[in-house]
Amino acid sequence: MKISEIQELLDAEVVCGEDLLEKEVYAACGSDMMSDVLAYVKDQAVLLTGLVNTQVVRTAEMMDMVCIVFVRSKSPTEDMIAMARESGMVLLKTRKRMYEACGKLYVGGLRGNGVAT
Amino acid sequence: MNEAVKFHFLVDGEDFTSAGQASVQMKKSLRQLGIPPEIIRKVSIAMYEGEINMVIHAGGGEADVLIYEDRIEIKLVDHGPGIANIDLAMQEGFSTAPDNIRSLGFGAGMGLPNMKRYSDSIKIDSELGQGTTILLTVNL
Repeated sequence: MKISEIQELLDAEVVCGEDLLEKEVYAACGSDMMSDVLAYVKDQAVLLTGLVNTQVVRTAEMMDMVCIVFVRSKSPTEDMIAMARESGMVLLKTRKRMYEACGKLYVGGLRGNGVAT
Repeated sequence: MNEAVKFHFLVDGEDFTSAGQASVQMKKSLRQLGIPPEIIRKVSIAMYEGEINMVIHAGGGEADVLIYEDRIEIKLVDHGPGIANIDLAMQEGFSTAPDNIRSLGFGAGMGLPNMKRYSDSIKIDSELGQGTTILLTVNL
C-alpha cells in the first residue's frame, strides 16, 4: 500500500514528508508503548500511535520505519517534525482512534506481518 | 580491520527527550562503515534501550562501541544505584521505572530483555550504590 492510500483511508493530514507519499509499505503496527514496539516489531514500516514525544520518532527511526500515524488528533511537536524530516519519515495525523485506524488499514490490505521472537 | 574501530559517547542523564542521540549517531556511523542492515538494527536497538535505561535509572553514563572483524561490542557504564536483583530485572515486564516514564512509552520492563533479545551475549556487572556495567556483543 502506498502511504498516500493510508492518508486517504484515514482521512489524515500530512504533517511532513509530502514528497514521500508514493512510497510503498507492506506492514504496520499500533502501540503507545515504545518498549513493545522495540521488542515485537519486525519489518513493519508504519507505526500508529497516540503517544507524542521525541522518543516516538527515535523508536521508529531505530526500527527503520518510514511513516508514523498519530491517532486521536494528536499533534507531533516541532522537535519531532524536525527529527522526522531529517530521517526521511512521513508524519500523518488522523482524528480516528487507534482501533478504527488500525482496522481500516488492515481491511484495506495493510497487514501486521510476523512478530519478532 | 585488525584493530577495533572505536566510538565513545556521553549519555546525558538530565533530559529524557535527548536520550537515544548516541544510538542515532552510532546507527549513522555503522551505515557509513557498510555494516549489514540487520546488524545495524540489532546494535542500535540494544544500545538505544541501554541509553534509555541509563537516563531513567542512573542519571546518564557512557557508551563505548568497538567494532572488530567478527563482532561489535557495546559497553555501557553508569554510576547509578545499581541493579538489586539482576535475574528479576531480566524478566519481561519487571520494572522499577517511575510512572512518569511509563507515560512516555517506556518503563514497561522490556529494557534489559530487549538488550538481550537484540544481542548475541550480554554481561551485567552491577553493584548497589556503585553503578552498572553492561557488555553487549553482536556477532558479525
